[in-house]
Amino acid sequence: MSEELNTPGYEIPPEMQGQVAITTLDKIYNWGRRSSLWPLMFGLACCGIEMICTAASRFDFARFGMEVMRPSPRQSDVMIVSGTVTKKMIPQIVRLYNQMPEPKYVVAMGACASGGGPFKEGYNVVSGVDKYIPVDVYIPGCPPTPQALLNGLIALQKKIDKQSIKEVRWYQKEPIEAIPIPVLGPDIMDPREYASIREYAQGKLESESSSAAVPAEEAA
Amino acid sequence: MSELTTIVENTLETRFPEVVVRDERKGYEGFIIQAEKLVEVVTKLRDDFGYDYLSSVTGVDYLPEGKMEVVYHLYKSTGGSALVLKAQTPREVASVPSLVPVYPGAELQEREAWDLYGIHFEGHPDLRRILMWEGFHGHPMRKDWQEAYYEEDSKPYKSRWPDGEVWRSEDKNTFHKNVDYPAGFDPETWVPDGDASLYAGLGRVVKPGNGGGLGTEQVVVNMGPQHPSTHGVFRMVVTLDGETITALKPVMGYLHRNHEKIGERNTFLQNMPFTDRLDYLSSMSNNFGYALAVEKLMGVKPPERAEYLRVIMAEFTRISNHIWAIGFLLNDLGAYFTPMLYAVEERELILDIFEAVSGSRMMCNYFRFGGVARDLPEGVYEKIRKLVYDRLPRKIDELDLYLTNNEILRSRGEGVGILTPDQAIAYSASGPLLRASGVPYDIRRADPYSIYERFDFDVAVRYHGDIYDRYMIRLDEVRQSLRILQQAVRDMPEGPIQEGKPQYQVRVPPGEAYGRVEGPKGELGYYVISNGKPNPWRYHVRAPSFVNLTPLEIMCVGNKVADSVAILGSIDIVLGETDR
Amino acid sequence: MDGMGILRGLGVTLKRFWETYWDDIVWWLRRGRRYDSEEGINHRMSINTRGIFTIQYPEEKLPVPEEFRFIPFLLYEEGENGEKQDRCTSCGICAKVCPPQCIWIVRTNDPETGRPIPEPQEFYIDVDICMNCGFCAEYCPFDAIKMDHDYELAVYDRVHNNIYNKEKLSKPVSYYSSIRPTNYTREEQARAEAEAAKAARRAQRN
Repeated sequence: MSEELNTPGYEIPPEMQGQVAITTLDKIYNWGRRSSLWPLMFGLACCGIEMICTAASRFDFARFGMEVMRPSPRQSDVMIVSGTVTKKMIPQIVRLYNQMPEPKYVVAMGACASGGGPFKEGYNVVSGVDKYIPVDVYIPGCPPTPQALLNGLIALQKKIDKQSIKEVRWYQKEPIEAIPIPVLGPDIMDPREYASIREYAQGKLESESSSAAVPAEEAA
Repeated sequence: MSELTTIVENTLETRFPEVVVRDERKGYEGFIIQAEKLVEVVTKLRDDFGYDYLSSVTGVDYLPEGKMEVVYHLYKSTGGSALVLKAQTPREVASVPSLVPVYPGAELQEREAWDLYGIHFEGHPDLRRILMWEGFHGHPMRKDWQEAYYEEDSKPYKSRWPDGEVWRSEDKNTFHKNVDYPAGFDPETWVPDGDASLYAGLGRVVKPGNGGGLGTEQVVVNMGPQHPSTHGVFRMVVTLDGETITALKPVMGYLHRNHEKIGERNTFLQNMPFTDRLDYLSSMSNNFGYALAVEKLMGVKPPERAEYLRVIMAEFTRISNHIWAIGFLLNDLGAYFTPMLYAVEERELILDIFEAVSGSRMMCNYFRFGGVARDLPEGVYEKIRKLVYDRLPRKIDELDLYLTNNEILRSRGEGVGILTPDQAIAYSASGPLLRASGVPYDIRRADPYSIYERFDFDVAVRYHGDIYDRYMIRLDEVRQSLRILQQAVRDMPEGPIQEGKPQYQVRVPPGEAYGRVEGPKGELGYYVISNGKPNPWRYHVRAPSFVNLTPLEIMCVGNKVADSVAILGSIDIVLGETDR
Repeated sequence: MDGMGILRGLGVTLKRFWETYWDDIVWWLRRGRRYDSEEGINHRMSINTRGIFTIQYPEEKLPVPEEFRFIPFLLYEEGENGEKQDRCTSCGICAKVCPPQCIWIVRTNDPETGRPIPEPQEFYIDVDICMNCGFCAEYCPFDAIKMDHDYELAVYDRVHNNIYNKEKLSKPVSYYSSIRPTNYTREEQARAEAEAAKAARRAQRN
């Protein structure tokens, strides 16, 4: 452990080696955070099963300090979005994300969570959870095997290792705004986009009425 | 078709002349019934002819003919083949009478047909959207309804080859998202439904009185969609009187991935890997049902060895699913994770076999029309043999010793969440849920498919219909599956594994077919209509996890709120299949 | 008697707890390496496994079977001078059979005649859509696209990384023969037989 934490360039007397470590604040802070990432107990779809397998005895992510899966977002550090994100579910996912305390991380597990996956064309499928919440690591695969998930989680740990206390968003002066929760309208609506939605719908109405003979073009 | 079925059919036509007409379309079966007389006819069928089990209800949109059709598959709970009934209604004002008064099991399925097709069911007690939310624009399964990322009516898309400059669908959308809004829509004036209609419906059930003493106020509690007990993104809305449940509504659709809409755009073969993702714990069984349905239409039969391989894989799936279900049931009962870990260990060994054979642990995509994808690789047969003769029987005994007769399990499970045999049949329950209630109905015996007649096994049945029996029946079924596996492994012949040449573009003659298998969760049916084109006209999945939720309310009412978690666990649902 | 069921259950747990140590001791006495060795991993994967079941990824890796499929890749033959000859003829079957339609192919046209040349100009796979079903590999008549074994693909940014182009997808045939030796031998044999049959037919016709 002390080897892991030691910052090179400082000489430690031989008799004290293995007992003390000289390190930077960033390093010990990141080490602490990355060694106890508690995931949110949150399985969405197929990938959720592989996530459970990762927690079970063969792959056992307790080895990375992740065994404490928290059912409550208030106690968790990392949200593993494991499966297809649907429009009906996205308000809840955003709400859960908002409820997680900083520092918080999001891992998009599998093709569906990353970019919609095989179901992307579906009318109820969000094409990637990153359309609504920021994502730190994307793991391709359908589903990613437990080892692929572990690989992604190690990638997240590496990302944490590179962070600096001075720059991380949760120590900045300005408050962190919660992400507005999408509203279920005729289709899913982001409250920040109301003006452009109205504009789009008005435009559609006009083009429909002006050229009733020509069918209105789909948005796609 | 059995003799009895023929008798029924002849009497039907004579007794209801002009109301019941034989479906004469090529490749179709069953009867078309005048919508107004539907309830009368099915009541007769149920009471006089024993067709007491309504398996599947689904809508079909015949856009070119301008009409909608509702298709019903009726069975006898004593076994036999299906009686298919159809009711037609004009597309513009689609409405047929609801069958909920006759078969309460139609409730959720009719709601689904309303949600996706806009078919109104006259007399349905609670006709709301079920997979989408109230307020969603349009009924998405209608053939003329197009989603935001709509590209073409059928795959393969022309933009992919030969000039396939890559793009992402979101880049072509105004909002860079998978959204579209109706013309003239104003978000500022929009009032979201906010589940108001859901809560309004909660008073439907007659509540037991509080007795004497202090008056109490009932509260509504939402469990889910993010709740550790709901096995995914399922939501139960319960009304509580103290801790006692007085009403419960299942809310689903949080994992509605538009399986059927995508499936109707896919070619027949392309649907195979999508079926893996229905019940993602038992993809091999899902493949099985779909392969059966399409093979029925095509008129092909897989060779001997392929049949054996199919049975072996399907039974392994059942075992891995059941031990997983037991592990999770114990999770819900408070034995957090330890039984789960033991179960997952055996499941991993089964998954190793799936992975070696099919290439993927969970999404096997192993079945092909008229065969299977590939033969067993070297060394796998030996592994299967050791597993089914030695390790699994030993480990199942260990699981049995470990959990059965455990006093806590007994006191939490016995007499809780009771479903009587009559209720189970009326509510279209299937699989372990049905058999734990004392109805020995197993499709492998009642309406045999593939080569199940050849194997010597018993239909597991338990009689109390409570949580404990649903746990016990899974153990029983695992043991029976092991018996089938041992025989199949012993008898498996050498030979080809695919009838004819493997093709990616299969020719499917026009017609309809309903293929059903006894999946680990219950009756898994695929209703497929072909019109001779490369992609199906209608592709419907009769999902056991979905239909088995219909009796959830009657099982929970009167029990404590903590029991609802265990009752849900004992039904064993998978959300990928519930919501599709 | 009340409590017997619980005691029996605890007995099972105790047995499994004991086995974790017992198996380690047995291995130690036999001077075998239970961890960090191929033998040890094979033991933990085998039907006779007991005791500790964990594979210590990333130090140890669970070996994947030959048929394992993840993201597809394209095969090229290596010429003697290191030039790459794609096996793909851009016939488009993989793009047609792909269930979620995640394959995009740009066919090469001869600049002079305008006729197609059997070689893709570009080949894209959107791995955010790909469902790893393996149909492209299964139905490719030229054995030009195969499913990879590499699953360690986590990225921090999907927009720039997760559409794989031809360059990223291409891997040499030697890599393929190393991950799927049996399949490779079988395909080479089939190809040699087909060639021989073709030659025989030609000889017969002449």
